[in-house]
Amino acid sequence: MTKANKTLGESLREHGVSRRGFLKFCAATASMMALPPSMVPAIAAALEKARRPSVIWLSFQECTGCTESLTRSHSPTVEDLILDVISLDYHHTLQAASGDAAEAAREQAMKENHGSYLLIVDGSLPGPDSNPGYSTIAGISNYDLLMEAVEGAAAVVAVGTCAAFGGLPAANPNPTGAVSVMDLVKDKPVINVSGCPPVPMVITGVLAHYLTFGKLPELDQYHRPKAFFGQSIHDRCYRRPFYDKGLFAESFDDEGAKAGWCLYRLGCKGPSTYNACATMRWNSGTSWPVESGHPCLGCSEPRFWDAGSFYAPLSVPTGANGGTILAAGVTGAIVGGAVAALARKQVKAERADRQPVTVDELEQKL
Amino acid sequence: MSDPMDFLLWTKGPAFEWAIAIFALGLLARLLEIFVIGRRPNYAEPRAGEWGPGMRTVFTRSIADPGTFKSAPFNVVVGWIWHVGFLIVLLLFIPHLELIKSLLGFAWPGLPNPVVDLVTAVTLVALVATLVHRLTHPVKKRISTVEDYVVWGITFLVVLSGYLAYHRVINPYPLALGLHILSAEIFLILLPFTKLTHIFTTVIARWYNGASFGRRGVAS
Repeated sequence: MTKANKTLGESLREHGVSRRGFLKFCAATASMMALPPSMVPAIAAALEKARRPSVIWLSFQECTGCTESLTRSHSPTVEDLILDVISLDYHHTLQAASGDAAEAAREQAMKENHGSYLLIVDGSLPGPDSNPGYSTIAGISNYDLLMEAVEGAAAVVAVGTCAAFGGLPAANPNPTGAVSVMDLVKDKPVINVSGCPPVPMVITGVLAHYLTFGKLPELDQYHRPKAFFGQSIHDRCYRRPFYDKGLFAESFDDEGAKAGWCLYRLGCKGPSTYNACATMRWNSGTSWPVESGHPCLGCSEPRFWDAGSFYAPLSVPTGANGGTILAAGVTGAIVGGAVAALARKQVKAERADRQPVTVDELEQKL
Repeated sequence: MSDPMDFLLWTKGPAFEWAIAIFALGLLARLLEIFVIGRRPNYAEPRAGEWGPGMRTVFTRSIADPGTFKSAPFNVVVGWIWHVGFLIVLLLFIPHLELIKSLLGFAWPGLPNPVVDLVTAVTLVALVATLVHRLTHPVKKRISTVEDYVVWGITFLVVLSGYLAYHRVINPYPLALGLHILSAEIFLILLPFTKLTHIFTTVIARWYNGASFGRRGVAS
């Protein structure tokens, strides 16, 4: 039996994963995806029998942080093995082959698994109207490479905020005309796993869901899996009670910060950010940004680079400043002044025409 | 504005800029007009000073005289409740203070969120009561204009959207917050051109009344 034909169950046993460990993973996956415990045996049965799907991973205008997030996850874990047992046929950073051999592997995988492979993309790409030379791989523009790969894909997973929403490359003024995968792929299911980078368990969780059910999970309006992006950081934040009580840190080293109070006033974007950091945490569940004392940047939301300062509270506008108000005020003063000056002129004219009459004069007249 | 986050960023960016510019321009134009035009000169000999009675009236008129209270207790009590509630929520909620700090460079201590939350709920109930009263009171109903309802509507909307956003009733949150900011911006734009201007002119008008009485030597 070749490696590609083995079921997931066989591969896991080969890697020394116990039945108990496997079921534990299945239970975690079920709870992660908000499925009832009764689904655990079904997940286990499906995963046992699942064939390793071919996965092609394309990296475009990205920083490799998403791959770093995935690979630097604690090891060895069941999640790592799940990835290991996926037939990852093409990934710039992780594959041993390079140059023509690498591209040949991609082409072969696309041909052999046409219609059934999973396409994972990290990074944004210059849109069809942009100069294709901004980003190429093996002389092929990102756009052409994506469109060619999408054609035979069963589904596309956009990993990271750049692939999902354009991210940093698309930030104002977007010099490369960067767009997201969702902007270009309309005829295939697209699932966005946003975050800069995304939580590793979310990436593996989405893959596990795909292996289990053979379809993509329920998505929100940004095409993100609801199981992981259904609740905001704020709603699941362990510092939330401090927000509710009105106890805030006002600088990074004040008493409030030391006491672990809410970071809203330091610019936390938790209330408007939907992600799983607060529940899954990072580095084997060690901690996460807010726990380490830093406000949430809102990295899993569209245009988070253009949403004003990371350290400005959510209620602070990004547009107007003192200058705008001053300019408008001065204009208003000029307009009001002009109107008033006209009226005053009239009053003055009336005053000049005033003809005072004394009581004696009135009596004489009568 | 294809999605909630776009909408929120629009309300926090260009929309806010326009709203605050129209507000500043409109308000300054109107206030300057009032101040510069002044009043027709009064040639009668003043019987007493203007400043003292003027300043006194600015404060004394906050308390309704017994006659007014007797004839319209609802107006006085409910009016007080929601005006004070609105000011507390506007000026003492921490996120609002951060906005004020970003615009003026300074702010003052706020109240804990649960207190502001309670005050908001009371304000909302009081506002609904004022509308019911306006719609059912035979005289009030007759003298109410479209402007009265527009002003009530936008005031209520600002408080209600803020309350819903705080309690995260509307999802996703960027949409809820965007709606609250947008309603506050409409409030700002309407302020200089409707009876909402009284937020700034009440003090001026009261001073003038007091000063006028003082000048004539009658109780202010």
